[in-house]
Amino acid sequence: MGNKQTTFTDEQLEAYQDCTFFTRKEILRLHSRYRELAPHLVPLDYTNNPDIRVPLTLIVTMPELKVCQGPSEGRHCWRLDCRLTVCLCWQENPFRDRIVETFSEDGQGNLTFNDFVDMFSALCETSPRELKTIYAFKIYDYNRDNFICKEDLEKTLNKLTKGELTPEEVALVCDKAIEEADLDADNKLSFADFENMISKAPDFLSNFHVRI
Amino acid sequence: MARNVSFDLNNPLLEAGLESPADEEGVHDSFNQLIAEQSQNGELPEALELQQLQREFDEEARDNVPYLPSPGHEHGGLRQRQGEMESEENRQTDPLVCEVWSSATLKILSSMPSRTIGRSRGAIISQYYNRTMELRRRRQSRPSIRDFSPSARPSIRGYGMDADATDAEGSGVSKRERLVNNLQNLSVSDRVRMLQGMPLSVAEKRELRRLALQKEKHTLSGSQIPCCSQLKYYLIIALRQSWYSWLSFLHSLQLWQVLLKRASGRFGSGVLSYFLFLKTLLFFNIFLFLVTGSFLVLPQAVHPPVLPAERPSFTGLELLSGAGYFSDTVMYYGYYSNHTLRRSCRDDPGSQNPSVSNSTSTDCVSKHLSYNMPLAYFFTIGAAFFITCIILVYSMSKSFGQSFRIDKSHSILAMKAFCSWDFKVIKKSSVKLMSENICTQLKELLAEVNQKHVKNTVCQTLWGLTVHGLAWTICIASTTSCVVGIYFFSEYMQQNLKETVRSPTHNPLLKEASLLALPVLVSLINLLLPGLFNLAAWMEDYDSPSVRTYVSICRNLMLKVSVLGVLCYHWLDRVADNPNTIGVTCWESFVGQELYRFLLMDFIFTLLDTLFGEFLWRLFSEKVLKRRRKPVFDIARNVLDLIYGQTLAWLGVLFTPILPGVQILKLLLLFYIKMGSVMMNCQAPRKPYRVSQMTTIFITLLCFPSFIGASVCVTYTMWSMKPSSSCGPFRGLKTMMQAGKLWVQELEKDNPRLSLLARAHAYLVENPFFLFVGAGVFLIIIYFHSQVVDGQRKIISLLQEQIENEGEDKKFLITRLQSIHERKRTPARRLTSQDSAC
Repeated sequence: MGNKQTTFTDEQLEAYQDCTFFTRKEILRLHSRYRELAPHLVPLDYTNNPDIRVPLTLIVTMPELKVCQGPSEGRHCWRLDCRLTVCLCWQENPFRDRIVETFSEDGQGNLTFNDFVDMFSALCETSPRELKTIYAFKIYDYNRDNFICKEDLEKTLNKLTKGELTPEEVALVCDKAIEEADLDADNKLSFADFENMISKAPDFLSNFHVRI
Repeated sequence: MARNVSFDLNNPLLEAGLESPADEEGVHDSFNQLIAEQSQNGELPEALELQQLQREFDEEARDNVPYLPSPGHEHGGLRQRQGEMESEENRQTDPLVCEVWSSATLKILSSMPSRTIGRSRGAIISQYYNRTMELRRRRQSRPSIRDFSPSARPSIRGYGMDADATDAEGSGVSKRERLVNNLQNLSVSDRVRMLQGMPLSVAEKRELRRLALQKEKHTLSGSQIPCCSQLKYYLIIALRQSWYSWLSFLHSLQLWQVLLKRASGRFGSGVLSYFLFLKTLLFFNIFLFLVTGSFLVLPQAVHPPVLPAERPSFTGLELLSGAGYFSDTVMYYGYYSNHTLRRSCRDDPGSQNPSVSNSTSTDCVSKHLSYNMPLAYFFTIGAAFFITCIILVYSMSKSFGQSFRIDKSHSILAMKAFCSWDFKVIKKSSVKLMSENICTQLKELLAEVNQKHVKNTVCQTLWGLTVHGLAWTICIASTTSCVVGIYFFSEYMQQNLKETVRSPTHNPLLKEASLLALPVLVSLINLLLPGLFNLAAWMEDYDSPSVRTYVSICRNLMLKVSVLGVLCYHWLDRVADNPNTIGVTCWESFVGQELYRFLLMDFIFTLLDTLFGEFLWRLFSEKVLKRRRKPVFDIARNVLDLIYGQTLAWLGVLFTPILPGVQILKLLLLFYIKMGSVMMNCQAPRKPYRVSQMTTIFITLLCFPSFIGASVCVTYTMWSMKPSSSCGPFRGLKTMMQAGKLWVQELEKDNPRLSLLARAHAYLVENPFFLFVGAGVFLIIIYFHSQVVDGQRKIISLLQEQIENEGEDKKFLITRLQSIHERKRTPARRLTSQDSAC
């Protein structure tokens, strides 16, 4: 961190600290990582909150991803402080695009720095179950109708299994899954249904976070 | 559903704004506690319902505006509709069949609160507004509800009415202002927690925070704060800063972040749980070591007793056997003195003489600097075990609560679909493996759902039973034979020792090496028998992987428990009874050495297992068999090995106070070795692995047979074994317990007013009756607790039923609403069709 030019004012840092689950140092690291994504776009100076978006294509094809193909698997992970090692090597994560989309304000996958911080804050270990549930619901709700309906579930399943299941099987799984989790018998999962189901899945919390 | 529901009655227009045509209040009306306050005259219920009904109609009339040509028709329409409603009630048609809603209904539906949670900005703001309100009310001395403007009242259902941000922008703004107001009135930590938990974007949160702070500053500067409160303000800021830096420092202390991350990225949560378990054990041992180190080892090391002149020289074998050079050091029980350590008497040579029990005979006056070693020994061990027990039980219950949620078999498919993806995994092949995994699991579940009742034939069942019986017979027989073997071998080794004692010409090195025979045998058994068990399990061919894991855990546990049982018998009965025959003056030290040897041998054999079972096997299968498959990391077995080692450490801490330190070293080395081996040699497990349940089981195993067994042994030793008469802090006493008793008696002698304490000690500590009563009370509490949980389970199933009914009701109401709209629109269309063609 070169301290010659200030990236954030103290006030800004404090605000970030209060609004996310990160400490000052981690915010600064996050910023430098964010900047690495598109050095020509993102300025070092963030004191006046510039409105800059890094497009989805850049976020998922970061320089880090190239290291990924190399022999060592550990290096593509950034070490943010000791607490937080954020890994954006999601090349393999089928939900990668969807996560970025969910957190981008414009819904297109273009992330401002705020969105970027938001994303990691929600996915970090300390964020509470409730927050995670809400964001998970958003991620799985592809058509943004505030319900997880059959089409959403189908998409999820196809991403999960990478098209290994036959369409009939997918349809069957969708039917059964919705039937199981649906409490008020409207054939789609509202947030309440989703929350109820998640509360019974003890592994959700440990699974729904980017390891820190 | 069970909560009382509140509703703001008199401000719907104000709140929602007239421009919102589809106001969801029309759909989810509820009652208000405000009414209870305002109309305290008896006519409440009817009036309320009337008001309610009236408003509903108003709403609908408002809804209807686009369809009605002029507002003048409203009242007529109202009356007409009232009639319609009644007539419809009589007809009772079931309109559930029709599923195509009109746009107005859809609009209403989309703004229903359950569909806007966590979605629209307005909904979140009002939800959090209500929460802050509740928090404030809980913190403060509950201000009267009249203090707030009616619309500021919290609806107890977590989300407010003006949910749709696009529809009710104006009200959203006012809500936001009120939220800011509330935030500002919260304490700093509460505010931060609220802000962090809000599912809003960071920009939004920052804005909220800025507003809250701004107002705060404004009020502060406006009221001309005096100097001292300004000081307070700065002090608070400084404190907060230091708190943050402290937090970040704490986080930076977390061990092995990067390594753990890497392992989880490659292997998922299953393998990670092994390493996390190892970390937990490490912390247990660090705690134990700190306690024994600071209260036993350090004071004794500062005041070393006079040692016998000729000490065996260091040969190197001691590192393995723990005997010889090490035997008269601070490592073992025998070294500790039984007198009171006094600092002020250091220049007095008489009081330093350890061989006589001189705790009372010195002429040292200053008693306040004394350190009563036997007492310290007794209470340190007791307290360490007690605290460990509490921590263990606490973590066990917590993990139980997390992993065994109520009714588990429900909605498995949905859970598989939504919760099974491990977002941590990043390695390409692991990701592929995981998606294959999920795929096969889904297929299996589907098959299960489709054909639940595929009955095996009688022949197949019989065959299966025979195979299971055979496998269990093999396992039990091998375990029994091993245990019997250990029993006789230990006896033989003891005879051997006796003979070597009788013939002193024997090589001392050889004697020491022969001590290693028993640990080697036991570790060998621990290494080889699980392989046999695996073979048996392979023969049995279990369908479900979890049953397979449970069976394997069961068999391994059986082996380890019985081996440890025999060993405990060997130590506490044979060795302790007549230590002199095997040339040992201090049986406690001997047992401590034995435990040290066992611990070390266990470590060495684990290393060998890692080398041969993982590294060489991988080389073999890659180079010779030309298979691309790597060995799979056997989590259950490895965790059981860890538990076994930990049991040894707990058993030995009484005899070898420094043993936790050895265990710490062992665990540290093991972590790096296992991590390296896993990264290099293993592949991600192919079988699905229920992490949180397994973690719970492991912690339970650590608590129940391991810790409880060890503490029973230690308690038995302290309670009823006679400590050796020539060494150790308890020499000359009948049992270790007597140290406490003597101390209490001395206290009583010094100060007769403390006789109550002495009597309490006699009754509470020495009398086993109270122990039984304590255990009984504990069991009763557990029983009651389980009963409460059972009751809650029943209530939950009832509530679920209720929710289903509510859902049905909702559906019914929606269809009714729709049909009313339809009917209303038909006459309206008829009217409008004359004016315009649309």
